Amino acid sequence: MPEKKIRVLIAKPGLDGHDRGAKIIARALRDAGMEVIYTGLRQTPEMIASAAVQEDVDVIGLSILSGAHNTICPQLMALLREKGMNDVTVLVGGIIPEADIAPLKKSGIAEIFLPGTSTQDIIEFIHKRITR
Amino acid sequence: MNDKSKSTTPTAPSPEVSSAHRKPSAREQAWEKNTLQPTLDKNPERQAEFTTISGHPIRRLYTPADLPDWNAERDLGFPGDPPYTRGIHSTMHRGRLWTMRQFAGFGTAEDTNQRFRYLLAQGQTGLSTAFDLPTLMGYDSDHGLSEGEVGKCGVAISSLADMEVLFDKIPLANVTTSMTINSPAAVIWAMYLAVAEKQGADWKKLSGTLQNDILKEYIAQKEYIYPPEPSMRLVVDTFEFGVKNTPKFNPISISGYHIREAGSTAIQELAFTLRDGLEYVEWGMRRGLDVDQFVPQLSFFFNAHSDFFEEIAKYRAARRIWHKAMVERYGSKNPRAWALRFHTQTAGCSLTAQQPYNNVVRTAIQALAAVLGGTQSLHTNSLDEAWALPTEFAATIALRTQQIIAHETGVTNTVDPLGGSYFVEALTNEVESGAWEYIRKIDAMGGMVAAIERSYPQREIAEASYRYQMALDKKEKIMVGVNDFVSEEKHLDILQIDETVAHRQAERLTKLRVERSNDGVARRLNALRTAAKSADNLMPFIFDAVKSYATLGEICDALRDVFGTYEEVAIT
Repeated sequence: MPEKKIRVLIAKPGLDGHDRGAKIIARALRDAGMEVIYTGLRQTPEMIASAAVQEDVDVIGLSILSGAHNTICPQLMALLREKGMNDVTVLVGGIIPEADIAPLKKSGIAEIFLPGTSTQDIIEFIHKRITR
Repeated sequence: MNDKSKSTTPTAPSPEVSSAHRKPSAREQAWEKNTLQPTLDKNPERQAEFTTISGHPIRRLYTPADLPDWNAERDLGFPGDPPYTRGIHSTMHRGRLWTMRQFAGFGTAEDTNQRFRYLLAQGQTGLSTAFDLPTLMGYDSDHGLSEGEVGKCGVAISSLADMEVLFDKIPLANVTTSMTINSPAAVIWAMYLAVAEKQGADWKKLSGTLQNDILKEYIAQKEYIYPPEPSMRLVVDTFEFGVKNTPKFNPISISGYHIREAGSTAIQELAFTLRDGLEYVEWGMRRGLDVDQFVPQLSFFFNAHSDFFEEIAKYRAARRIWHKAMVERYGSKNPRAWALRFHTQTAGCSLTAQQPYNNVVRTAIQALAAVLGGTQSLHTNSLDEAWALPTEFAATIALRTQQIIAHETGVTNTVDPLGGSYFVEALTNEVESGAWEYIRKIDAMGGMVAAIERSYPQREIAEASYRYQMALDKKEKIMVGVNDFVSEEKHLDILQIDETVAHRQAERLTKLRVERSNDGVARRLNALRTAAKSADNLMPFIFDAVKSYATLGEICDALRDVFGTYEEVAIT
């Protein structure tokens, strides 16, 4: 029987429109055999949480470059808990100052990928984390 | 997803390589046989193929055989004369150095006003304003969607009251100001003109640049509000208003910068930007504006990426294409409409978060390419910008980089020092013909608005950006400190945006809404809505609304009521 594909939601929260990274990751994960849903731009935490539930994803990848991560991430994590999505792996990619990394991880973000990360590293991380 | 148009999308034009009709001289053939071949037999080259950062193939050696039909008088000409390959002024940087214009903006208007005054005191010669994301999207600082974004990526400007603080003690009659704002550009420009009026500055003498390039927003940066048609109408309104009222102000900066940052190749950056330029010219002409009157006020903005010669070729080709298009497509008779003037910014996407001090070196080399390419104004990025907005320390080094190029290197002593180089001339030709191929494709689609609606440029850029990422992942392209030459990191002190900015902005807005005449505001917003439904030029209505202290969000909402909003078809 074919293995069930890992389902990933790539989301671009906040007002920023710089979607180069989000699109590259979406395509790289798809090329690596995952099922990828890309939300498009300017998603609120509510929209992302609802999409995650509806699409029943294993992983949420947030692309944030604008400095709004400390507002967006805790809101999203709270909403996911409310909706009972306790097992979903939430990853953040983008421009995140060093000082913010530990607090974000404490809030439940599984990993933070900074500029310069290869797509292969992200794929390997997801494969290790989501074992079927 | 949403991949419907894929089958109808043409593929990228293949870059023209000069080897096709190459006829090397007898001497060159003898060199290949007697000198080159024995070397290659003993020591093969490091790679099978050498390419630019954009993937454009580069030959081992360029000789007269690479310029078979090239005519120095016709294709190179003289600086200040068509086709402007060597620059748009006869003396170029011997006569006047480029404007050193560092993009700055963060926090509140007070914070940015202080940075502006610091930069002017350090010898910067023009101002450039970065606005925060809520401002770029036409939301006030206290709007729900602004949460977490106020003052982060630029300065928060929600009303004329903020603008007055932003330019406090800066005489707008004597400084040129660039404002990076697009969808709400007409509103921000009206605020700027209102401040100038209050200072007693003559609008006819005001000089500066509004970015106001909505097409590249749909293509690359994605900070759009309204659909393309009404957005283009707003842009043309600013052209029409500018021709009459502010003859020295550039109402637009047609920008390739963001297209390149989104991952395009150099040829795509050039082609899409110039095709955007032609689109604006055509919309202006359809309004009844005279090409020879409004086109001289259009300015351009390019990226300076790391591939040194490819960038220089791009700037030279840009001038040649624009001249040809103005004369041949539109029959322009005014040489001021033929000469492409441009600002340059070094490539933000080339900066690395790893070993950030290396960014000073990257930026210096990119800036040098812009100068050798004949730029009119330049922003050099700061070393810490892969992490945050720059600290004063980092911004100062970036400005000093330009001053070192201008005053120590000697590259400004002569005009177009690379002119006549076999390589640079051949590459200029190839970049030019690659761009023309794209321009013709977009013409065939019915123009840039039509091409954007079928996601053509967006898809071409996404493809190029993915190819480059794969080349980095496979180490076919190297980024020092990222996929090779990795070493231990040192801690970098970065700029922290004070979390009280949003509160201070919200308090100021609450106060404003109490103190102004709300009846007056409502009346002017209604007048704007009515005008938006007509064919009237909206600038006077926006100006009236701004002066009544209607907020940016209120004015943009009035236009949202009439124009609606735009959602893109997301491609991945």
